Amino acid sequence: MQPILDGLTLSPWEPGLFSLAIYGLMVLGLVSLLLFFASWLGEKKSNPEKLRPYESGIIPTGSARLRYPVPFFLVAIFFLIFDVEAAYIFSWAISYDSLGWAGWLQISFFIFVLLLGLLYIWKKGGLEWGPTSKQD
Amino acid sequence: MAAWQNLVNFLGPDLTRIVVGLVGVLALVQVNALFLVWLERKVAAHIQLRIGPKEVGPFGILQTIVDGIKLVSKELITPRHVDRKLFMLAPIAVFLPVLVSFVVIPFSERLIIRDMNVGLLLIFAFSTFNVLAVLVGGWASNNKYSLLGAVRAVAQNVAYEIPLLLTVLSVVMWSNSLQMSEIVASQSKVWNVFWMPVAALIYLICATAETNRAPFDIPEAESELVAGFHTEYSGMRFALFFLAEYSNMLIVAAVATTLFFGGWKSFPGLGFLPVPGWIWFFAKTYVLIFVAMWVRWTFPRLRFDQLMNFCWKIMIPVALLHLIVYAGVIKIIN
Repeated sequence: MQPILDGLTLSPWEPGLFSLAIYGLMVLGLVSLLLFFASWLGEKKSNPEKLRPYESGIIPTGSARLRYPVPFFLVAIFFLIFDVEAAYIFSWAISYDSLGWAGWLQISFFIFVLLLGLLYIWKKGGLEWGPTSKQD
Repeated sequence: MAAWQNLVNFLGPDLTRIVVGLVGVLALVQVNALFLVWLERKVAAHIQLRIGPKEVGPFGILQTIVDGIKLVSKELITPRHVDRKLFMLAPIAVFLPVLVSFVVIPFSERLIIRDMNVGLLLIFAFSTFNVLAVLVGGWASNNKYSLLGAVRAVAQNVAYEIPLLLTVLSVVMWSNSLQMSEIVASQSKVWNVFWMPVAALIYLICATAETNRAPFDIPEAESELVAGFHTEYSGMRFALFFLAEYSNMLIVAAVATTLFFGGWKSFPGLGFLPVPGWIWFFAKTYVLIFVAMWVRWTFPRLRFDQLMNFCWKIMIPVALLHLIVYAGVIKIIN
């Protein structure tokens, strides 16, 4: 991301990010326009049957806000842990050349601890799905 | 006044570049989706000993254009009891990051909208938005199947995100940069796939899972969940989900090409051919997409616990160990 003009301080952001933001805004405008035209010019025939949630022709019963199984929450929490650590490893990998063998040893230790954590989760049964898996 | 002049000077060439890039990307996204839908149907048909679309145009190639026109002209249905704001937000939130990701993809040596020094990170950052959009869309739909599909999609995507991030790091260490052009330049002698085959394999598996394609297509399992998170979407909104899905396929294949298959560089030994870089790039990308389709129509769908266990118990440990080993190997080579 080389600055196009030297000495231009538009914002603390680099010009590359600034143009990215403009690009993003243009895309946003375009997509909103598409959706607007589709809803404005498109068909509008309302019908109570049409507005019912589609559950393969069966009339829906009860609330659709299901309480989903606990393992999904567990996966989300494990993801948070591992993703933060992946972000940490990312920052290590970028300065990989200047860190030398000491850096390699340190990250190896870090990853080893991470693997131990994974093993702990595994042994504790955090990765089990469904009630039958305990008997296996 | 001078500052204002500077601003205009700065915006002039830059803005032109962005606008031209955006138009190009939009054209690419549309044509790519039309082509891929046709290709997918043809590949599926031939694998199952059928013929596939053949009525509209030569080899049925105009079929998807006709389908597209029909799709766009359909009514936008907003069912009862949906969370209206989120319901309308989701198609935008799924499509926007896809278009932004195209900014840093190097189609050839000069054909790139912006060669940022955070290129690779930017693609991963924006592709993660997909998860959010899917969850928002599925939850807002007020449909049990949509919610189940969304929850499954999120669990699967976040789980496979980790090995994806970790495996890409060995390429980053080798090229010593996140900039896409640097990554391609680092493969001028030998493609990364030849000496990092494990990383390439992990990347391709995770990319298949990230794009929710079979054998990892549980979020959209049509035999159990109607259509997954986009069951309630119709017309243009559904079209945006659809476009995003096929563009995502293009992006993951393009990133795989850049990271492991030498980007816009020619095949080894074919450098004497007068073929421009972007043709090599698209050839490699579409070969990878073809392989993904081949896999889809060859393997059955995995069960959800198998899918998650495969990620947590095999992919993540392998990716972590691979990272340590290759960090050491690259240090020795350097």
